[in-house]
Amino acid sequence: MPKASITFQDIGVTVTVPAGTRLIEVSEKVGAGIVYGCREGECCTCLTRIVSGHENLAAPSVLEQQVLRDNLAPRRHRLACQAQVLGGCLVVQPA
Amino acid sequence: MTVPATPDGAVPVAPRVHWIGALDPDLRRFDIILRTANGTSYNAYAVRGSQGVAIIDTVKIDFSEAFFGRLESIADYDEITTVVLNHLEPDHSGALPELLRRARRATLLVSPQARLMLNGLFDPADLAGRVAFVGSGDRADLGDRQLQFLNTPYLHWPDTQCTWLAAEGILFSADFLGCHYCDSRLFNDAVGDFRFSFDYYYRHIMRPFGSYVRDALDLIEALPLRVVAPAHGPILRRDPLEYVARYRALAARTVYGAATKTLAVFYVSAYGATRRMAEAVVAGAESASTAAGEVRISLHDLEGGEAAAFVDLIEEADALVFGSPTINGDAVKPVWDLLSSLTVVDLKGKLGAAFGSYGWSGEAVPMIEERLRRLKLRVPLPGVRARLAPTGNDFAACHDLGREISLQLLGRPTPRTFDLAQIS
Repeated sequence: MPKASITFQDIGVTVTVPAGTRLIEVSEKVGAGIVYGCREGECCTCLTRIVSGHENLAAPSVLEQQVLRDNLAPRRHRLACQAQVLGGCLVVQPA
Repeated sequence: MTVPATPDGAVPVAPRVHWIGALDPDLRRFDIILRTANGTSYNAYAVRGSQGVAIIDTVKIDFSEAFFGRLESIADYDEITTVVLNHLEPDHSGALPELLRRARRATLLVSPQARLMLNGLFDPADLAGRVAFVGSGDRADLGDRQLQFLNTPYLHWPDTQCTWLAAEGILFSADFLGCHYCDSRLFNDAVGDFRFSFDYYYRHIMRPFGSYVRDALDLIEALPLRVVAPAHGPILRRDPLEYVARYRALAARTVYGAATKTLAVFYVSAYGATRRMAEAVVAGAESASTAAGEVRISLHDLEGGEAAAFVDLIEEADALVFGSPTINGDAVKPVWDLLSSLTVVDLKGKLGAAFGSYGWSGEAVPMIEERLRRLKLRVPLPGVRARLAPTGNDFAACHDLGREISLQLLGRPTPRTFDLAQIS
């Protein structure tokens, strides 16, 4: 199965994951500082800065785009409960 | 003395601006968490322009009759072009469906963050085609005067906004700068002394959202304020800036400032084992704290202090470490007493960890870690458990835990690599 790596910069942890994994599936297990609210892409609590590797994420859904817009999210920010890594290396930081 | 009864009609706040809210003097507890010795008010306002009337907020549904009575004393329903809800909490939106049924021309203006909550609170049929979303910089035109909107989320609902009437220098501030204090004289220069209610409301409602409070104050302090008209409590028409300054003081980081990182270690110990582990955690934390990057570290015996004072410490701290022995399969009560007292402060993103000695099964450490995660702390480092009397290895593990916490606070975490399968 294709692999990807996600680095949570705030705690210095890098995790190798299967392609297709969402950030939410990993960040809580390693204790990263991304905080979740609704876990369904609505509340924007888990807004996360993509430090590098943005292109390795699946494109945001219409709902995620709407929530990012409504909450004035800066560029290169995604919802960790929605963002799915497709391969390569990704480095993230809590927003 | 006798407080005069509130007039049945609307109360002028400024030219063509009226209070049309309701008083609830008998309320003694609000939303379970707040004591309300003086009751409360549900403040709603009407603003008249040359081309329409705006209603800003409504009231709790039980008080609809008073609200509509006051509204009808100053406006006809077909004059209402705009209804603003500065947030959707039911004590301010209870009369909305009926208001929209009566005011057929009106459009409801709410912040974008309200979008996903509207259908959870109201029948979508009542709102169909009647809602517009407004953010900072947007305006509602009433002809010769306009309402402007300030996006001020999480004060204390996600969708909170403030509405600014520049023509009169009035900020309709939702629950921000409000309090539960019912007095029919309505204005801060006429009512009794409500300072305790103002501070109490801040400490229980706004305090968990300190960073959002500071952001909102940045917007509000730039306005030429003449009146602050909150959704609860007295209307602040005398020296409104004093109340803004009070919020600024209450929301400030007071001990070391944001630049200094702080670690607080709390413990309870029956025979001294968990205490000695706590001392090892502190020693480890100090070993990584250098002049180039200092962490302020403090050690507290939970049995020796009051939870309220520790809550203040925790609000300021960047990292919290809890040590508890396991007694009958649980962490000990002083730990839970403190960990159940923290809803009034912002814990999001603080670093957390746990340690402790035990005799048989050692549940306390994982139970504390789970509680810390649920409180939205990050818990990246495995806790340390020592069976009975801690050994040299146990103290070394505590030392390493403290050292790594300091390094993480200083932005120099030791790199670690895992495979997801290892940690699932």
